[in-house]
Amino acid sequence: MNYFEELNKDYRFKEGFHTCINCGTCTAVCPAAEFYRYDPRKIVSIVQTKDNDAIEELLKSDTIWYCGECMSCVTRCPRKNGPGLVIMALRDLSIRLGFFTESEKGRQIYPLTKVLNSNVLNYGYCVHPATFTYKDHPESGPVFEWALEHKESVYGRLGANYCGKGPGALRRIPREDLDELKAIYDVTGGTERLEIVEKYSRAKAEEMGMTMQEYAEYTFTHCSTGHFNDE
Amino acid sequence: MIYQGKQKIWSEYQKDIPADGWFYVRSCIRQNFFPASEKYFLAICRDLLGHDIFETEHHTTCGGIAYHSDTIPQETAMTIVARQFALMTEAGYKNLVTSCITSFGNYTEILETWREFPELEARIRENLWKATRREFDKPEYVAHASDLVYKYRNEIAERAHFRLVDKHTGKPLRIVEHIGCHYSKMFPHKGIGGAEYPCVLSGMVESWGGEVVDYPERRHCCGFGFRQYLVKANRGYSVSNTHKKFESMEPYHPDAIVTNCPGCPYFLDRWQYVISEQTGKTYGRDGFGIPVLTYEELAGLVLGYDPWDLGLQLHQVAAEPLLDKLGVEYDPDAKYLGVNKENLMKPELPSVLKCF
Repeated sequence: MNYFEELNKDYRFKEGFHTCINCGTCTAVCPAAEFYRYDPRKIVSIVQTKDNDAIEELLKSDTIWYCGECMSCVTRCPRKNGPGLVIMALRDLSIRLGFFTESEKGRQIYPLTKVLNSNVLNYGYCVHPATFTYKDHPESGPVFEWALEHKESVYGRLGANYCGKGPGALRRIPREDLDELKAIYDVTGGTERLEIVEKYSRAKAEEMGMTMQEYAEYTFTHCSTGHFNDE
Repeated sequence: MIYQGKQKIWSEYQKDIPADGWFYVRSCIRQNFFPASEKYFLAICRDLLGHDIFETEHHTTCGGIAYHSDTIPQETAMTIVARQFALMTEAGYKNLVTSCITSFGNYTEILETWREFPELEARIRENLWKATRREFDKPEYVAHASDLVYKYRNEIAERAHFRLVDKHTGKPLRIVEHIGCHYSKMFPHKGIGGAEYPCVLSGMVESWGGEVVDYPERRHCCGFGFRQYLVKANRGYSVSNTHKKFESMEPYHPDAIVTNCPGCPYFLDRWQYVISEQTGKTYGRDGFGIPVLTYEELAGLVLGYDPWDLGLQLHQVAAEPLLDKLGVEYDPDAKYLGVNKENLMKPELPSVLKCF
């Protein structure tokens, strides 16, 4: 497969990849580059070479998963490139080809996919108090531990329509609307994406000698040394 | 008329926001962490000021967080958004207002991509029809909810119970504003003031009597980074970015921070708590943090609404020092009461950050 040609089919790549002059402005303003061993200039430069082996190495690396997609680079590029958009296209291809399981940061796609999409398909939103736990989010502080313990009363106090009928914050999304979201996933490749992530992650978990639950927990929490600039 | 210099540049970053007729869509994050902010956006703009803002129970997420966490294909995200447009069209509205910056960026990116690649728009229309039998008109205007509050800021100022002034010194309160990356970094001409001179929040602060603090890392990301916060193993990225901002703003002694994006107030508030636990450092005076408010909360305080109705008890950084400066009266015993005023006990106190 010619990876550059595959990337070039992605509309984000078409929008975000023009001639790069290697000035490094993107790296200078990048919040990820400040902390991670990450250099968006190099990534765009590698893609620009169209070297298939080098692009495959990128697709299997941790590097493409360091970006936070804040798109600060888009504002500043003097050639109207969007390195963040190039990253999105690289990630998309890495997932489709199953290369994401080759890197620690890539493997995190499994818990992310599971949590976010089950929220979308079951609750109609990407984040929901029913699945947001203090154990997974201790940084939410004792105040949110308290709020989650008294969800119905606290959200009611603040004017939300928690799991209720009709409009309002945190309302229960009617079944027919959730069914439409599922139909959209089926028609647009969203469901197929979930299956691809599941298939390659299952194979990787087996290779690592883990159950899927252990794999989800491990990929969600494990951070090796070597990712950060100051290590 | 010949425009000169800054005046010419400035004219390119103005937005002619329609006065009325809005289809409202909620935010995944704001309704979780700041549900009262969404309530008071409608209470202020629709009920108090009388503008036409419509909400249907049938709308959903725009899929933006799932999309920017790379867990759904672009066509899935686009078709979810096309469904929101269909609901807007069916309700008879032409302008869409969203409670979320990620959504605002998502809607804007989609409309701009369709403008450049009409064949993609045609495919999304086909997808939506296959999946839901719905059709849509594109919105004539997409706004972020803060754009409307900015537009109505002087109407709010006319009804103000409090000015953003320290009642003890008589001086304007010093407010840090944080715009949120996806508001204007991707499409500068879509944000009021663009990426260079964003004034959606500073316009509110100045209109309500406060003084905007300029500091070196004013435009730096809060550190959400989607997967960089959502995955536990990556949160060092997130807290490090917030830390950088606080170290930069600390010498300017801000009284409060006001934010645009639903995620930013959560991160700027909660990472202050984490930094205090990890390092013992706090950024406000006397062991307190710097209160971080949504623009709806700030507008609500200015209009004299009860701080606990506005949801300030859901912040980890205590808002009381700011309330005292403003001269807002509040009942400390009512802070943690439930929906029927029942006693829900109190959250535990952090070990370093001073709270009530």
